[in-house]
Amino acid sequence: MATVLERVQKVVVDRLGAEESAVVPEATFTDDLSADSLDLVELIMAFEEEFTEGSEALKISDEDAEAIRTINDAVTFIKGKGYTD
Amino acid sequence: MALAIDLSGTSAIVFGVANHRSIAWAIAQHLHGAGARLTITYQNERLAKNVLGLIAELDGARAVECDVLDTGSVEAAVEAASADVPLATAVHSVAFANREDLGGDFSATSIEGFRTALEVSAYSLLPVARAASAKMTDGGSILTLTFHAADKVYAGYNVMGVAKAALENEVKQLAAEYGRRGIRVNAISAGPLATLSARGISGFADMQAIHAERSPLGRNITQDEVGAAAAFLSSPLASGITGHVLYVDAGYNVMGV
Repeated sequence: MATVLERVQKVVVDRLGAEESAVVPEATFTDDLSADSLDLVELIMAFEEEFTEGSEALKISDEDAEAIRTINDAVTFIKGKGYTD
Repeated sequence: MALAIDLSGTSAIVFGVANHRSIAWAIAQHLHGAGARLTITYQNERLAKNVLGLIAELDGARAVECDVLDTGSVEAAVEAASADVPLATAVHSVAFANREDLGGDFSATSIEGFRTALEVSAYSLLPVARAASAKMTDGGSILTLTFHAADKVYAGYNVMGVAKAALENEVKQLAAEYGRRGIRVNAISAGPLATLSARGISGFADMQAIHAERSPLGRNITQDEVGAAAAFLSSPLASGITGHVLYVDAGYNVMGV
């Protein structure tokens, strides 16, 4: 089973078409991975989809989404919602 | 014979696919499933990759870039859609407002923000209707997507409520204008769906939670439910329906307290 970090990285690679080697934990979506505002919305929704299992849906509010700027931020947030490696 | 939605031998054009969550995409899949020769349009290069990836799944479907505010661009898209099979269906699923106009005080809407929302979300139905109706020689269906905020106040939806109210009025006027030519014009008012556009509305998650709690069916709707209703409205089964707003909202709109 992939870790939360690996699953986040895969979503980012798929969604942004970024090089795997660039999708490191400290990478910022906008500066390092060249995401525009539309990409950010798509990423947040893709994280929700990836981490929704059956009736257990991951919800990321607008406020929470604002604070997620790096791969690490996403991993920390998702783990904080009870998802484990 | 079982009653079926059959659009074979006709073509359909769907404006407004952004990604796999788009309402337009669910509608496109249903029209394709009903046998229509499908063309979908995308707004710009930015969305091309999403859309070209999607239509790879659908046999014989094609995608063209189209700016709905550019009459020439809309005509070219409709021309492409109706090149080999007569056009019977057009779906307009296009809306936009600036992020700063989708939250805060409605009265603070700027004139530029007002224009943008109304042009893209309401006016754009007219070039689509003109181009599509010109090709519908044997009647047809024009369908657009609206929202309950056309009638009732939804905090955060702001200027888009004005745009949807305008759009619903256009549906009635176009239905009257095209009716004698056998062209029907309708709208679907869908409950809140998590699309790319919807995520731009401040408080969208609350909107969905309230709908799920209060609607008669006790849940939110799905993209597929809108797709199915759109296929019905576009088909000969709905031949007597025009100028109508069909709610696909789990019944939310009938509720008081």
